[in-house]
Amino acid sequence: MDDLLSEFLTETNENLAVLDVELVKLEQNPNDPGLLSNIFRLVHTIKGTCGFLGLPRLESVAHAAENVLGKFRDGELHVSPYAVSLILESLDTIKGILSVLEQTEAEPPGGDQDLIDRLNAMAEGRELPKAGGAAAPAPVAAEPPPANDPDELFTPVPAHLTHTLAPVSPPPPPPPTPAPVVKAEPPAPVVEAASPPPPPPPPPRAEAQDDVRGESKESALAQQTIRVHVDLLENLMTMVSELVLTRNQLLQILRSQKDSEFAAPLQRLNHVTSELQEGVMKTRMQPIGNAWAKLPRLVRDLSHELHKKIELQMLGAETELDRQVLELIKDPLTHMVRNSGDHGLEIPAERLAAGKSETGRITLNAFHEGGHIIIEISDDGKGLALAKIKAKIIQNGLATESELAQMSDQQIQQFIFKPGFSTAAKVTSVSGRGVGMDVVKTNIEKIGGTIEMRSVEGRGTTFTIKIPLTLAIVSALIVECASERFAVPQISVIELVRAASDSEHKIERINGAPVLRLRNRLLPLVSLQNLLKLGKAEDDDKRETFIVVSQVGNYTFGIIVDRVFDTEEIVVKPVAPILRHIELFSGNTILGDGSVIMILDPNGIATASGSMGGTADNAQTSAQEVAKSARREDDKMALLLFSAGEGGPKAVPLSLVARLEDVDLNLVELSNGEPVVQYRGKLMPLVPIDPNWKIVRDKRQPVVVFADGDRSMGLVVDEIVDIVEDRLQVELGTERQGFLGSAIIANKATDVIDAGFYLTRAFKDWFGNNHESFEDDRQHRVLLVDDSPFFRNLLTPLLTVSGYDVTAVESADEALALCESGEDFDVIVSDIEMPGMSGLDFAQAVRASSRWSGTPLVALSSHAAPRDLERGRQAGFNDYVAKFDREALLFTLQQTITEKGAA
Amino acid sequence: MSARLPAVKKAGSQDISIVKNEDFVTATIANQLFGIPVLQVQDVLGPQKITRIPLAPPEVAGSLNLRGRIVTAIDVRLRLGLPPRPADGKPVMSIVVDHKGELYSLMVDNVGEVLSLSSDDFERHPATLDPRWREISTGIYRLKETLLVVLDVSKLLNFANIEAA
Repeated sequence: MDDLLSEFLTETNENLAVLDVELVKLEQNPNDPGLLSNIFRLVHTIKGTCGFLGLPRLESVAHAAENVLGKFRDGELHVSPYAVSLILESLDTIKGILSVLEQTEAEPPGGDQDLIDRLNAMAEGRELPKAGGAAAPAPVAAEPPPANDPDELFTPVPAHLTHTLAPVSPPPPPPPTPAPVVKAEPPAPVVEAASPPPPPPPPPRAEAQDDVRGESKESALAQQTIRVHVDLLENLMTMVSELVLTRNQLLQILRSQKDSEFAAPLQRLNHVTSELQEGVMKTRMQPIGNAWAKLPRLVRDLSHELHKKIELQMLGAETELDRQVLELIKDPLTHMVRNSGDHGLEIPAERLAAGKSETGRITLNAFHEGGHIIIEISDDGKGLALAKIKAKIIQNGLATESELAQMSDQQIQQFIFKPGFSTAAKVTSVSGRGVGMDVVKTNIEKIGGTIEMRSVEGRGTTFTIKIPLTLAIVSALIVECASERFAVPQISVIELVRAASDSEHKIERINGAPVLRLRNRLLPLVSLQNLLKLGKAEDDDKRETFIVVSQVGNYTFGIIVDRVFDTEEIVVKPVAPILRHIELFSGNTILGDGSVIMILDPNGIATASGSMGGTADNAQTSAQEVAKSARREDDKMALLLFSAGEGGPKAVPLSLVARLEDVDLNLVELSNGEPVVQYRGKLMPLVPIDPNWKIVRDKRQPVVVFADGDRSMGLVVDEIVDIVEDRLQVELGTERQGFLGSAIIANKATDVIDAGFYLTRAFKDWFGNNHESFEDDRQHRVLLVDDSPFFRNLLTPLLTVSGYDVTAVESADEALALCESGEDFDVIVSDIEMPGMSGLDFAQAVRASSRWSGTPLVALSSHAAPRDLERGRQAGFNDYVAKFDREALLFTLQQTITEKGAA
Repeated sequence: MSARLPAVKKAGSQDISIVKNEDFVTATIANQLFGIPVLQVQDVLGPQKITRIPLAPPEVAGSLNLRGRIVTAIDVRLRLGLPPRPADGKPVMSIVVDHKGELYSLMVDNVGEVLSLSSDDFERHPATLDPRWREISTGIYRLKETLLVVLDVSKLLNFANIEAA
């Protein structure tokens, strides 16, 4: 039987039993308002539930009864014995229908018009049976003959259940025919009904039997389930949890004692406890379908309201999870399905245009995986529009454009989990109120779960929720740090890595910040010791350490610990109120050996260690799923690798470097306190990267020379390592002056040097305006449009060095804003692939504008195939330069400007 | 004077019923005698294995397992602004108190006998007392040979004040 229905039957039968008693009380005490309102409420509940389940016959009876009761309650009608019996009659009718319902799972056909009419008549104050009963269909004739009213009241009442009716009929056999009691629906096995037999005593008995049988079935159902207060279950669960802990303790003791006579009984205890635990857990388990029950309706309404065609697919509805958890995820789930329907799926026309079927699909999928339950909510809609998200991020001041430019698409998508973030263009009644995913996320994290999102623009979005099966007992990894032990919930542990200086994995440092190379990714590390202020770790790169790789949302990071023990089942207990403010702990517990241990909260650690959902990429994101992020992958460039000062290797784009020199330190002189060397007849300032660099006589030192016209500057390094061609993707940004960030180059974590910073160290005016070398009076102004901060940083010095006055912006929109604000440029250099307005669109916009229509446009792209060139020309670009071709760019600029001057 | 008034009143109100005796578990910290109302005391413990709690206020010595319940240990010495306990190897004693359903173990130097004290001997603490002490005690009992400071457990465990200070 349908869960909902059986629950309804149980509940309604209970209510009816209560009602019977209450009505009797009411009769004795007709004006007790408390009693009346209680009865009213109970009938109202029955009516409401019927309506919800779509049981019209039940509902109409209950509704009519409720009307009468309402009048009683409001004092418009007096409680008369007749009225009470009428109500009782309707209750009996309800019971009859219920028993059929229980057997066939459907309402019996037919109606109860007569009863309803009489109830309505009563409600309208048109008294009583004579008129009402008689007026109604003739055969009906109302079993309560006015004469024995008083008796009747009392007879039906005490013997409440159905069979009372059988006795009832015999006493007043004379007046009407006994048959009519049946109330006109012969097929219906409704309680009193069932047989229109010519009535000697036996048949009624038989009927009564029948009824009793029906009733016994009813109670059979009632006997199968009992209602227990949740508190009782919670208590039981707590007790079992304690028992489990004690058992763990005993087992731990047993392990240290061989051949103990306790071994056998303890084993037994162990099993019994486990079974008990399982059993008690089961009492709290409910299929997740319960939380989904309302969704089909929701989706239906949604599709009407939004004029979309939506199909809801629910898989794994029978997957069970803890009732408490179920309650907590109900709302987030509803919200997310709503979101998928509202934001995710497109209207049919759009879908057709995008080559999809008209009907959008939302899929819910639940399944168990390693002690957790995974719920996926996916839609095949339009996915997250990155451009919109970016615009919103900037509008809300959550990040600056340059910060955004350094983020991966994944990271940008994570912003939808920030408070106050909704990309719905307008607020619909459905969603878009700006409370949303952040609440969902908080709720899920509250129960120790995690939420992840993958979205492909145009293809859809998938949310994956991972939650523990139960909150009561969690499995935790026990780790040690500075001789203290801590528990880490297993759910947030992805893997464990042993790190030692002699092993494949070793901790590297970028300006003191530890990172680990894990499968070609940089994993930011957090030292638990530092985080918990457990004293200074001495020399911790040498020691053998373990790294607990954890994931919070899409942020993956490693926690450095000293040792890892085993996993243990623990019962999370809240910490004392005076310690609640410490965010790093989610609770504490007692271990098998009896000692207290603090439970670390990975969410808290992620927050404390800095950027949530920020710096690191999700290691699990497969590149092909987020297609767009592949964009810059083919951008390989030549990089000069060298070492200088502390830390790992450093790199600078080779295109910036003029020469590499080996300087004899004996020739270094001091000018104005700064080291200089005579170089090609001029003084060249030397700038060391290592601030502690000292001039050691009789040695030679490699110097990277940057040149500008006849000025040059030498960057002092320790050793030139290599020149490599590699993809440059700055993974970790930095605030440190002189560094753009870190990247994996040649499989090593490498600091990328900001050459511009060192150039200005040598000549304050390096980028200044006094370039007399240029023939023109004024400098040519160049507008550089590129979304990548790296290239802006790369090209700005390059072009400045060559005598251009460079204005760099990071998006086409920003460039157009400059146009509107009245800026003028001699030439515009623009990237092609940019988020938001692409370079091609930008070119068209520029050509269409009145002010800049004549400004030469140079496209900058890594794709310099003839087809690309053609497309660029069509869009309005004058020329096309490959991104890393420094000479070509300078040449092109020169030429473009000359052409323009000539024109 | 004004400081004394309420104390007199309080003592007086208790007098009305009978000259009331209250029982205190006594403890010594740095040679000062303290009393904790006996009804709040759950247990007296010898040295325990205590788990340190990183990032907790310094007064919180850690937590311990008392028959399956987690008890937060408070070093009363530090709470009173006294220097840490000298490492002389004397066992640390603790008095476990119940505060709003949570158990706390108050670490003291020594636990003495239970004294039944007459409210006649009760007095508000002198105005010259260290504010920190004044905050966490309700008053003083004059004993024959010494003075006993009554600890107010709820104030003692009110860490919000310290953090604010």
